[in-house]
Amino acid sequence: MSELHDVPSAAQLVEAVREWLERDVLTSTTGRVQFHTRVAMNVLAMVERELALGPDQRAAHAARLADLGVADDHELARAIRDGRLDDRLSDVVAAVRASVIEKLKVANPGYFESR
Amino acid sequence: MSDPSRDSLADGLAQVVGDQVENLARLSGGASRETWSFTSGGRRLILQRQRSGDVRDMGVEANVLRAAHAAGVRVPELLASGTADSPIGSSFMVLSHVDGETIARKILRDDTFTHARHVLVGDLAAALARLHSIDPSNIVGLPATDQVAQYRTTLDDLNTSLDQAHPTFELAFRWLEANRPESARRSLVHGDFRLGNVMVGPDGLRAVLDWELAHVGDPMEDLGWLCVRAWRFGSSSPVAGVGTYEQLVSAYERESGLTVDPDVVRWWEVLGTLKWGIMCMVQTSSHLLGLARSHELAAIGRRVCENEYDLFLALDGRWEGLGVR
Repeated sequence: MSELHDVPSAAQLVEAVREWLERDVLTSTTGRVQFHTRVAMNVLAMVERELALGPDQRAAHAARLADLGVADDHELARAIRDGRLDDRLSDVVAAVRASVIEKLKVANPGYFESR
Repeated sequence: MSDPSRDSLADGLAQVVGDQVENLARLSGGASRETWSFTSGGRRLILQRQRSGDVRDMGVEANVLRAAHAAGVRVPELLASGTADSPIGSSFMVLSHVDGETIARKILRDDTFTHARHVLVGDLAAALARLHSIDPSNIVGLPATDQVAQYRTTLDDLNTSLDQAHPTFELAFRWLEANRPESARRSLVHGDFRLGNVMVGPDGLRAVLDWELAHVGDPMEDLGWLCVRAWRFGSSSPVAGVGTYEQLVSAYERESGLTVDPDVVRWWEVLGTLKWGIMCMVQTSSHLLGLARSHELAAIGRRVCENEYDLFLALDGRWEGLGVR
């Protein structure tokens, strides 16, 4: 794939900042600032996962929505609320569950193991 | 170091308690209120006050604390309360300090609390049974809103302002409407009864805190909220991270003399999980809408899907109520 931008990629830039937070900032701060450093590292790691998984996830999400005959989550949410998809509710539940799992893979993959 | 706003707060506080105020220190600050510790007349005390500009009044919460104390619920002693035209400059309460730990992860993991973890479900159930025995009609100003309707409105407003849609939440609302329990006993409900909002010592529950969300409702709401997965803080035990559903139900039945339908508790757990997801949206919206710019609040928006996942866990095997096979 040919890219307009030079290296580093967006993911590599975010990774570099996250590594700096972990190496230098985390070790030289305490208390509230250190806690907020951890939050920032988690946020950047999330962005890295979204950059890596995003394109495939977007395509799979579009396919799930198309299978239910809706354009986007807004239309799906309305259809669930109005009962318009009640004859396909088990498909709807399965598709929505699959979407939630994909969102968690980016937001917090450790959540699947936490009991 | 001298801090003019803290010095003027100390002066106002001295007028309210009628004694010298020393060691005034900020403990924490939520979005709407601040907590301070100080000593006066040889006692360790706590000040809670609304942030300036916040219109909410702590008067109702003060009324609830008085009623809970009178009913024998373990709560901090309320020593003073007042409104925005007080020397404190905002609605406030002065409370006795209670020793112990509120941080859930410490209560769930530290060796200090091994015994407490053993007795905590019983203590929490007993506190709930006692607070649910309070006649809410005697508490002035207590709200009595329908929780489903309230959070339906909140979600609709958030979806509009953030241009969002949450199919999982729509499924949950459908399930809640289809499975709503028969109208139940109405009592005082704490509204946020979970680890984090109770003071725990090595011996067990020391005090029930944070009565800000108290209202009139079905007492089972408090039991369900205590089982919401977020309030297990990573523990595998469903009730507050320390016990089983059966332990909670049997302890509550023993203490209250009432019969508990576990399906009703589950209904409230589902609503609680949904509520917490919507509350996470509220927090991220305060960043996105510019009320309080913070990467921490921003990140909470991406935790909404944890609640969606929890809803699927809580509703696993229960979709038949919607005609789903």
